[in-house]
Order: sequence, then structure tokens, then C-alpha cells
Amino acid sequence: MHLAYPAVLAALLFCVGLYGVLARRNAILVLMSVELMLNAVNLNLVAFDVAFRDVLRSGQSFALFIIALAAAEIGIGLAIVLMVYRNRGTSAVDRLRDLADTDAGGTGGAADAPDPQDAADAAADAAGESAAASKKAEATA
Amino acid sequence: MTLAAETHGFLSPTGVEIVFLLTGLVTLGAAVITVTTRQLVHAALWLVVALGGLAVEYLLLTAEFVAWVQVLIYVGSVVVLLLFGLMLTRAPIGRSPDADSGNRWVALGVAGAAAVLLVTLVVDAFRTTWIDLDEPKGTTDLLGASVFRHWVLPFEALSVLLLAALVGAIVLSRKDGGSAEEVAGNPAGPVDAADDGGEG
Repeated sequence: MHLAYPAVLAALLFCVGLYGVLARRNAILVLMSVELMLNAVNLNLVAFDVAFRDVLRSGQSFALFIIALAAAEIGIGLAIVLMVYRNRGTSAVDRLRDLADTDAGGTGGAADAPDPQDAADAAADAAGESAAASKKAEATA
Repeated sequence: MTLAAETHGFLSPTGVEIVFLLTGLVTLGAAVITVTTRQLVHAALWLVVALGGLAVEYLLLTAEFVAWVQVLIYVGSVVVLLLFGLMLTRAPIGRSPDADSGNRWVALGVAGAAAVLLVTLVVDAFRTTWIDLDEPKGTTDLLGASVFRHWVLPFEALSVLLLAALVGAIVLSRKDGGSAEEVAGNPAGPVDAADDGGEG
């Protein structure tokens, strides 16, 4: 078999996973796309190991290690996503903007005016935060 | 006379190549549906198809052990974990219109550019490399001897990492340490108990 077949398939799978990581909103779907990218790497490792007849079987061994690492990663990732969901009430990655520089335009004011998109986002964030806070207060009361 | 057998042209594919190509198309299609569908649970189920297709590809590459590990761990446990995660975050069952974020077209551009670049590079680099699939190279026998002879130290380090991940997941997903019982038992002062128990 030509090595080009598995190599091209791995490259395309990696790019599909890349699209998913960049385009998805739900954090669990982002994790799924990360799994796709890891699997593309695994396919590359196995194909090159078989093609070059490695005596140490390093490609396949490393593919096994990556599978175990991916299992650990998905466990920790899901725990983090569940914790975020419990604290914030959402698992959309573009709503978690607490560390974003939303008020940068107010201090400098030279280069970029605060565009309405950011302002709307900040307002939505504030609304979401107050909702989450009220939910938390409700839960604790 | 033996020139045709040595060059291995792309226009006369072998049976293994045809099966690999068809399985690869199914895998790629399932992966594309996984990242584009608007039904979140369907994304997890299409991921099963993609990962199972990859297991078949490993089998075609004579890497049996990796194929079965893929079926056991990915299809068996990772997808189940993802489904549990979807249920625990109350993902909508039907079509959710906001499954994709606003930078979808940027993501499409980045992924397309990466795909063109990688495919061009890979095809140009490995156009003539031929995989000899006559004898199996990934049986449990061979791979077990390799892992437990040459790769023992990474294997043991990986077990420590799995233990750390287990403990970390338990610590992260505990409900506010011991304060949940405290809140339930003592409703008079719930605010302090809820605030200081996060890290356990």
C-alpha cells in the first residue's frame, strides 16, 4: 500500500479536527474535535511505523501511549467542563470571557474605540453572570 | 518486466488500497459530520463511526493490537464519557442553532489552508514510499515484547499519570468538598460553607 493514503487521510482528519476545535461552541464538542486530531496523529504513527519496519515498534507503542493519554485527558477535561457548567450554568466556550480585555478602550482611547460587539458581549456577560449569581444564591438559600 | 511491480502506480490500486480508501472516505465523512452537525448527541454517535473506521484502518495496516485497543478505549470508554458529559451539562436533544460559534468562517479558512498545505506536502514527500504489508507487524506478541522490553519506563510513567488523572478528576468533580452535607445539615450558614470548600 502506498504510504500516501494513510498520510493524506491523517492530514485531512487533523484538519477536520482543527475546524471543530475552532468553530464549535460547546466545550464537549471541542473535546471531541481534539480526539479527532489525536486520532489523526495516531494513524500517522502507526502507518509510518509499519512502513519503515521499526524494530523497536516505537510508532505503535507511542500510539498506545497516546490513546491512554487521550483517555486521561478526556477524563480531566470533562471534569473541568462539568465544574464550569456547575459554576456558570453554561458550557459554551465563547461565554467564558472573564479574562478578556473588555475595558481596554476606556483607558487608552487612542487606537481602537470600544466597538459595539464587545460592548454587547460585555452586557451579555454581565447578564449571564447575574443569572448565574442568582442561580447560585437560589441554590444556597 | 518487473518494472510494473516495482513502481506501484496509483492507477492500479491493490485490494487493500481500495478497502483503505473506502474506509477512509467513511471515516472522513463521519468526522466531518461530527464537527458540523447541530445535534450534539448525534455528534458523539458519529464520532463512534469515525473512531471505528480508524480501527479498521489500523487492521488494514496490520496493527491488530492498536486496533483493538482503539475499539476498547475510544469506542468503549471515551465516547461513553463524552455522552455522559453531554447529558450532565444538559445538552439540548434536538437541533441547537448555536452549536457553532461566530468565527466559523475563520475556522473554515484556517482548516482549509492547513489541509491544502499538509496534503500537498505529504503527497509530495511520500509519493513513492511503499508499505510492505506481507507479514503482520503489529500483533500482540510483537507489540507486547516491544512495550515491555524497550518501553517499560514510559509505560510505568504513564500508569502514574493515569493515577494522577484519576485523582484529579475525582477532586475536580466533587461537589464543593464536604460543604454539601454541611449545607444540607445546617441551613443557617450556607454562604461560608459554599465559598471555602471549593478546593477540598
